[in-house]
Amino acid sequence: MDPIVKVDGLRKTYKTTVAVDEISFEMQEGEIFGMVGPNGAGKTTTIECLEGLRKPDRGTISVLGVDPQRDSHYLHLHTGMQLQQSNLPERIKVWEALDLYSSFYPHTLDWHELLGQLGLEEKRNTPFAKLSGGQKQRLFIALALLPDPQLIFLDELTTGLDPQARHAIWNLVHEVRLKGKTILLTTHYMEEAERLCDRVAILDHGRIVAMDTPEKLIQSLGGEERIVFTVEGVLPVEVKKAMGEFGRLELQGDRVAIYGDASQASLASDTVSLLAKMGIQFRDLRTEQPTLEDVFLKLTGREMID
Amino acid sequence: MKSLLKMTWIEAKLFLREPVGAFFTLVFPLMMLFLFGSIYGNIPSQYFGGRGTVDISVPAYTAMIIATTSLVGLTITMASYREKGILRRLRTTPVSPLVVLLAQVIVLFLMTALGMLLLVVAGRLVYQMRFDGNAFSVLVGFILSCLSFFALGFVLAGLMPTARTAQVVGMVILYPMLFLSGAGFPRELLPEAILKISRFLPLTYVVTLLRGLWIGDAFSLHFSEVLVLLGILVLGVLISIKTFRWE
Repeated sequence: MDPIVKVDGLRKTYKTTVAVDEISFEMQEGEIFGMVGPNGAGKTTTIECLEGLRKPDRGTISVLGVDPQRDSHYLHLHTGMQLQQSNLPERIKVWEALDLYSSFYPHTLDWHELLGQLGLEEKRNTPFAKLSGGQKQRLFIALALLPDPQLIFLDELTTGLDPQARHAIWNLVHEVRLKGKTILLTTHYMEEAERLCDRVAILDHGRIVAMDTPEKLIQSLGGEERIVFTVEGVLPVEVKKAMGEFGRLELQGDRVAIYGDASQASLASDTVSLLAKMGIQFRDLRTEQPTLEDVFLKLTGREMID
Repeated sequence: MKSLLKMTWIEAKLFLREPVGAFFTLVFPLMMLFLFGSIYGNIPSQYFGGRGTVDISVPAYTAMIIATTSLVGLTITMASYREKGILRRLRTTPVSPLVVLLAQVIVLFLMTALGMLLLVVAGRLVYQMRFDGNAFSVLVGFILSCLSFFALGFVLAGLMPTARTAQVVGMVILYPMLFLSGAGFPRELLPEAILKISRFLPLTYVVTLLRGLWIGDAFSLHFSEVLVLLGILVLGVLISIKTFRWE
């Protein structure tokens, strides 16, 4: 099957800053592909080149078989887009926006049904400016779904939303994917990428530093697991030494983390029995599985900071 | 076509929901008419060539509405649509940019016409306003004036970097022009020196044309006004095409 999106050697610079540097990837139909990375990694620039909003300096892009720069009309007919920076007039009502945008396409879904599906039924007469952040995003998703597109772009969908609204949006994306849509999304929440995406490209400084399914990316860390707990007072030197034999030890104030091999099942019990034997008071002990966050940390040597 | 109708309808509703814009287009001119009408009445005066204050004020206030909707209403709407990303969102749909601009022009034209209609009705009913012109000529002159000023509004929106500066610059151009051109109060009351300046103000040509047509002048008497307004229209359209930006 031909890829629905094909990007080859994409490069884009703003004056002296290289925003996107030789990015290449492909997307298959029905897949949810995510671009993750910190602000300024080049995610939005890449997605906007694909949407036809920006002209690449170099490289070729094919979306639904067309060049976004040359055939933007075709692209706009067959894709749905949610942009990072976009808006509706303040006083437009929810139903009016859907009704208006419906008139732009020859064929659309019934917006009355979309209102219900996106949980906006009660807000149909509310002006855009009076909606909460999560409601605005749901309306933007509705507008993106309206033309019943093959491909949907979602750029920083949940940025600035509270956790509850974010979970609601995640559920929506799950429902959309059940309809067999192809989705390209960007996010700087690693958890979001892990939950939603079939495949993830991790971007840093305009380059793809890793690209695979979230599971494989995490496995690539070598099955690391960590034990985290808090101690009262200072850890005696001999305890530190003993723990160092379980795995790599990291101390941050009264917080202790031991990075061990996940296949070594006894890591947690060994740690607890050592602490008990030495009579050390501890609390909040838990085990943590590695996440995409750890993958990013390992690949770039930096924490993801918003 | 479907999208143009829908967009025009929604833009019209949005216009009426914006209290400030609707006030200056529809209510404020009426307030002026009633204020000066109650002070001076509409008694024929030699100052105004045998006409009353209301007779000459209605076409002048029409010019005022045209200038306000263009230089403030249109400019702020377009600049803020661009700044807030409303145009950007529209750009990702198949809708033609022409539809977006045309909807604005149609709505502002209809609102300006409504503003004029209210003045005419109030002038007739309350002050027995005299009208010696040809309604069709007045309509043609009104359309030309509107289009010419809308073009100016688009130029201003295109040149100004933000909605805020567009608003400030629009007001700074508008208010002195309202008083110096004879739109805000009768030109007959202005001193000679100011009349000389007023020749450089586009609105002066609208006031002269509309007042002339109102009392029955033929278009041939207002060749220079028509020429200036046509010139502004053509130049304005060309410049606004050059300076139009989606974001």
